[in-house]
Amino acid sequence: MGTSDRDDIAETFDVVVVGGGNAALCAAMEAAEAGRSVVLLEGAPKFYRGGNSRHTRNFRCMHRGALGPLIDDYLEDEFFDDLLKVTKGETDEGLARLVIRNSEQCLPWMQAHGVRFQKSLSGTLSLERTNAFFLGGGKALVNAYYATAEDLGVTIRYEAQVRHVGLEGRRFTHVDVDIAGQRFRIKGSTVVLAAGGFQSDIEWLARAWGPSARNFLIRGTPYNRGVVLKDMLDQGAVSVGDPTQCHAVAIDGRAPKFDGGIVTRLDCVPFSVVVNKHGDRFYDEGEDVWPKRYAIWGRLVAAQPDQVAYVIIDSRSLPLFMPSVYPPVAAETIEQLAKKLELDPDKVARTVREFNDSCRDGDFRPQQLDGLATEGLDPPKTNWARPIVEPPFYGYSLRPGVTFTYLGLKVDGEARATGADGPYENVWAAGEMIAGSILGQGYLAGFGMTIGTVFGRLAGKGAAAHDA
Amino acid sequence: MTLEAIDGRGDDARGRAEAADMPLAEPAFDIFAEARRQVEICNACRYCEGYCQVFPAITRQTAFASGDLTQLANLCHNCRGCYYACQYTAPHEFALNLPGVLSDIRSDSWSRFAWPTGFAGLFQRSGAGIALALVVALALLFAAIAALPGEGAGFYAWLGHNAMVAIFAPAFLFPIAALAIGIRRYWREVGGKPVVWRDLADAGAAVAQLRNLSGGQGQGCNFEEEERYSDQRRWLHQAVMYGFLLCFLSTCSATLYHYLFDWSAPYPWWTLPKLLGVPGGILLVVGTAGLGWLKTRADPALGSPANWNGEMAFILLLGLTGLTGLVLYAVTGTAAVGSILALHLGCVLALFLLTPYSKMAHGFYRMAALVRDAQVKSGRVPASSGQARR
Repeated sequence: MGTSDRDDIAETFDVVVVGGGNAALCAAMEAAEAGRSVVLLEGAPKFYRGGNSRHTRNFRCMHRGALGPLIDDYLEDEFFDDLLKVTKGETDEGLARLVIRNSEQCLPWMQAHGVRFQKSLSGTLSLERTNAFFLGGGKALVNAYYATAEDLGVTIRYEAQVRHVGLEGRRFTHVDVDIAGQRFRIKGSTVVLAAGGFQSDIEWLARAWGPSARNFLIRGTPYNRGVVLKDMLDQGAVSVGDPTQCHAVAIDGRAPKFDGGIVTRLDCVPFSVVVNKHGDRFYDEGEDVWPKRYAIWGRLVAAQPDQVAYVIIDSRSLPLFMPSVYPPVAAETIEQLAKKLELDPDKVARTVREFNDSCRDGDFRPQQLDGLATEGLDPPKTNWARPIVEPPFYGYSLRPGVTFTYLGLKVDGEARATGADGPYENVWAAGEMIAGSILGQGYLAGFGMTIGTVFGRLAGKGAAAHDA
Repeated sequence: MTLEAIDGRGDDARGRAEAADMPLAEPAFDIFAEARRQVEICNACRYCEGYCQVFPAITRQTAFASGDLTQLANLCHNCRGCYYACQYTAPHEFALNLPGVLSDIRSDSWSRFAWPTGFAGLFQRSGAGIALALVVALALLFAAIAALPGEGAGFYAWLGHNAMVAIFAPAFLFPIAALAIGIRRYWREVGGKPVVWRDLADAGAAVAQLRNLSGGQGQGCNFEEEERYSDQRRWLHQAVMYGFLLCFLSTCSATLYHYLFDWSAPYPWWTLPKLLGVPGGILLVVGTAGLGWLKTRADPALGSPANWNGEMAFILLLGLTGLTGLVLYAVTGTAAVGSILALHLGCVLALFLLTPYSKMAHGFYRMAALVRDAQVKSGRVPASSGQARR
């Protein structure tokens, strides 16, 4: 960036948007459409723009009757019940219902701003009523929004890492931002904070969760390091969400440290036995269907020594789940497989033998809870307990993959953030940065994008309507 | 799924493959291993299903023999929608470039299938090769016009009908025979089954609308506008395709006039050869000019950069054929007919003879791939090429 850019951003903007993902873009587009001058500060380089939104694939949406790619109905109460189930009540009902109700009119708004939807992907039929899939996935959505924002005249800066949000009492004045290694001060009448959680700051994660978090993999962007969140909390902003917790799922242990995204998932646990590094089983692999269990397995694996576990299946189970991004480790005997996985062959062989001996006869039905349970095994496997006997045998390693952190800023129903002395005059917040109020625990597929879209739009509209 | 299918994965570059004790397939063709690595990542993601026929075809399989990859490569129309939507392109360590690697496999397959083998590589890659072929064809035509007696009116005064037939009948039939051999080789590699009408109708509909450049919803592809969609390439390509077909029909109608009705050229403007040929020529010129221009604006790395010259030369040759045809009509009755006739017929001769070995072949292989995909979609035949992997 040359000096011309420096001159460029020396001006004062009506709305300063901190962040460059879905919520930030929605806010920027709303504010620009209201006629405001807007600058959007994305911390990542252009290629990695969009935060975790670039890894998403759908948007959970309430609707009465068919809407876009969605079929039938998905009404407010059912939606809210689904949220209650995953959060076990850890949600702000008012804000949650606000998001749910607003989601319906968001879908056509998204289309009008360049997003294209497609039919539910193969292997995701269960979501065709509740979740609208983006054609090309989240990065295509991010591309469409950046193009629309550019066309609306939003000033966009990449590699623009905001270090400090300037506040005078309850009033926002400016941000200090490093752009390509140079510090700038950008003044604004209002600010929208939508810079995500802190999950990519491994040291923070380790302080919050414990040292074992250093072995976690981060499924999304490496740029969500919580710098803006921490700066706001240090200045007395009111927080929500458990500061020690993160949402983690069990993923392929060979995944990259950051940014592995959707493809690193492994769906084979229900058809397997899972052992830890000592070759011992530690939990019921067949407790429920995988979409309802993948999240708890993140925690289960995190609790094992070295935060690693190993899935073992036989050749009959290989066609039963979505293909894995890395090929499985394969061997003709369990002992050989254990050796390749660097486990104790005798121990693993004994564990598998004990499991096999406790399996009963019965119908194995992979698509439903089949009740085919082990007998006299501890811990039991309560469904899909079919002996692992048909070579070749396959194995995968599992590690916890962090999706997001729960700690965030408290907002009201207009997306206004709150300081120690009450709501700020001109500070709005949206996206993962505030999601902890609504998603206090667990996760509901596609709901992060719903929160981001609804609150991003609210924040952008609120900031645009603010009289400086 | 078999063990060898799983373990045949060839991506050892990052040390990820765990199949060290299994032999890798096709050691001579690294691009197959690379394409397999990429396609398997796509199959674990599936975000791009709505763009084109390639991704639904991927999801119907879990293991990919080289014949399957050849089929996917020829099914891919290089719309690039998947590339710009992909969260795993470089600098991400997965470094996906599916349009690029499928383009390489595609052009490699045309070289392998071409008969006589070995010709194709040259003209696919080399613009100079195409230019040289054109010069030779032009020289041949100028020499023929100089040496052979004219017989009749219009351009026949410069080169008689019988002489033209003597040159162009073989120049037309030979490429057809050569292409037939190539397509047969293709069909065998991808495990094609006997074709039924419905396969042809399905593939024909896809070609007629160029469905696979539509972005899946008519918004177009991501060729020259990168992250933004544009439907220009589809419109321009169809101008070329329909223009070429009109020109071809024009020639056919003239042949019928000549033999059936004993009515020789020149034909007045209201006859079929002119009513079909003039719009056809205009579409060909406009379409090729537009496609050539788009090509200069698109990222070569998402195709086969080594073929850029050959593809561009082919576009120009096609455009020149249309243009000289129009000029030939325009100069009717002047002294320029002789040289313009030689230019036009020289272009036609080069275009025909290079058809099995240049980008021109793509239409035939794409059609075959679409027919094959229609077979699999219908559920009548298995998705796999059934090819043994060693």
